[in-house]
Amino acid sequence: MAQQGFPEGDFRAPVPVLTPGQGYTSITDKLTSIVFTSHTPMAWFGFVAVGFTLVMGLMVSLTYVVLKGIGVWGNNIPVGWAFPIINFVWWIGIGHAGTLISAILLLFKQDWRMSISRSAEAMTIFAVICAAIFPIFHTGRPWLAIYWLLPYPNTMTIWPNFRSPLIWDVFAVSTYATVSIVFWFTGMIPDLATFRDRAGHPVMKKIYGVLSLGWRGSARHWYRYENASLLLAGLSAPLVLSVHTVVSFDFAVAILPGWHATIFPPYFVAGAVYAGFAMVLTLLIPLRKIYGLENIITMHHIENMAKVMLVTGLIVVYGYGCEAFFGWYSGSGYERFMLMNRMWKGPMAWSYWALLVCNFIVPQLMWSKRFRRRLPVVFLVCMFVNVGMWLERFVIIVTSLHRDFLPSSWQMYHPTIWDIMTFVGTIGLFLTLMFLFVRVMPMIAIFEVKTLVPESSPKATAVGDGGAH
Amino acid sequence: MSHGPETPERYGLMAEFESPQTLLAAAHAVARAGYTKTDAFSPMPIHGLAEALGFEEHILPKVVLGGGIMGLIGGYGLEYWTQVIAFPQNIGGRPYHAWVAFIPPAYETTILLAALSCFGCLLFLCGFPRPYHPVFNVPRFSMATSDRFFLVIEADDPKFSLDGTKTFLQGLTAMEVVSVDE
Repeated sequence: MAQQGFPEGDFRAPVPVLTPGQGYTSITDKLTSIVFTSHTPMAWFGFVAVGFTLVMGLMVSLTYVVLKGIGVWGNNIPVGWAFPIINFVWWIGIGHAGTLISAILLLFKQDWRMSISRSAEAMTIFAVICAAIFPIFHTGRPWLAIYWLLPYPNTMTIWPNFRSPLIWDVFAVSTYATVSIVFWFTGMIPDLATFRDRAGHPVMKKIYGVLSLGWRGSARHWYRYENASLLLAGLSAPLVLSVHTVVSFDFAVAILPGWHATIFPPYFVAGAVYAGFAMVLTLLIPLRKIYGLENIITMHHIENMAKVMLVTGLIVVYGYGCEAFFGWYSGSGYERFMLMNRMWKGPMAWSYWALLVCNFIVPQLMWSKRFRRRLPVVFLVCMFVNVGMWLERFVIIVTSLHRDFLPSSWQMYHPTIWDIMTFVGTIGLFLTLMFLFVRVMPMIAIFEVKTLVPESSPKATAVGDGGAH
Repeated sequence: MSHGPETPERYGLMAEFESPQTLLAAAHAVARAGYTKTDAFSPMPIHGLAEALGFEEHILPKVVLGGGIMGLIGGYGLEYWTQVIAFPQNIGGRPYHAWVAFIPPAYETTILLAALSCFGCLLFLCGFPRPYHPVFNVPRFSMATSDRFFLVIEADDPKFSLDGTKTFLQGLTAMEVVSVDE
């Protein structure tokens, strides 16, 4: 890597992203062997078995929900939006890390993103799929969802109401899903071509050949490809910021105390990135172990992700502070009651303090370099954050709704077994999709990782004899 | 044009290189020698390689801008037409043309059409999907997606001559020069 004029040992000098000593051949061999192997790691079967079992549970619970109606869920009046919207927001938020890593870090020229961007993008798409299940099934009759959600010319000549944040959400999430898939697929084209050229079985060669669209690594194509990647990144960056902003509008535009706060958009976006990085780490720490990728996803990556998590976590905690301050400073009796109820007197006050432990106290361990470099600690912190971010949405949604303006409409909320089965089922779907992806697709951007090899720099002096040929 | 399978038409000559630096140097030399129908192949993007072959293109960003503008007009137009003309709904006396509320969906359609036009334009410019190309006939070309670097001078090039071009390519530190059949 270029030292860019920094003296030896200067902390500003760029850290090599990969472990030294890797060449094009070794990278191609290593990363294609993940897919072209007859020895699928046992752990892979373990994860897929667990995931697929949960998917079966998801199928059962969704079938039951469709047969009986959404009354089998614990939603009631006034808590009309409970698990479905909590889980929706949780999943959508998790997806945000993928786009942040692949788009925003690309624009900031953060080379370290290359080793983790592909799997994070895949995670985005699978998280959006899991998220979409909830609002679609919450409509009760999912086969009519298109008619309720999307504007299309119908025989009744009626149209959705664009003054409602709910239709904004449909536009934001469907655009996000589409653009993420396009970005992800575009990024994979050169690697699919590598797979095509490395595949042994003729059928595999055909499949990867079709998917790679005939990519041959032409200089002209690379030129357009790099342009297109930058443009797509430039489009994805404002998109990812807008998606959780629009999701937060679902709440912030309502006048319910606990929802009606201007801090919501930035606070939701930071929370999304926070949850997303925690999930990326939750997945990558086992994956790099299972596939022996320690040289490509190095401790440097883990540490950087832990730092991003710490910073976004602090922004989220700032959001909690702002919410509390707004409630108190508003002088409104309803707002102050909501705060007292949420934090102290209400039946759900435990969830607020559990949330603070998970999202505020435990992640402070990441200040220490020693802990950031210890995988079990990082993994444990990520688990706390995953739970904490789910609790955050629970606190916002359920504790605000169950004690609204009129005491006569107050109701306690309890999830049913079908709520839990549907939620756990989407976790299984996510795991299954992720591990299937890892098994058949390039999990790491092979061509991008090659640009990290020192000899690939046009200014490298060693001609043709670098590293590991 | 018909020809038997035993005399395939020549597409050009392909030289193989070991590193990005030698390929880049060779691309510069090829352009200096006056060849125009050339192409280079590498497993990862090499900055300045396309430019070294005399390639320049500025269409993509313009198409993306056009797509974005269409998305903005289309999205806002859909909202205006449905909410004001086709199906005005009086909800709490709010204005039909609520432009502030129209911003988020129009913002999303702008990005959607810009991104889709970017993807479509990329495929169109590269001529994808294109499962067959003469360069794939060279067996060693399968390494162009893993660890080798290739340069092709097409037979259609006005300066192309089988022996002259071959000698020229061999002089460029190429590891090997082979003929590419159609």
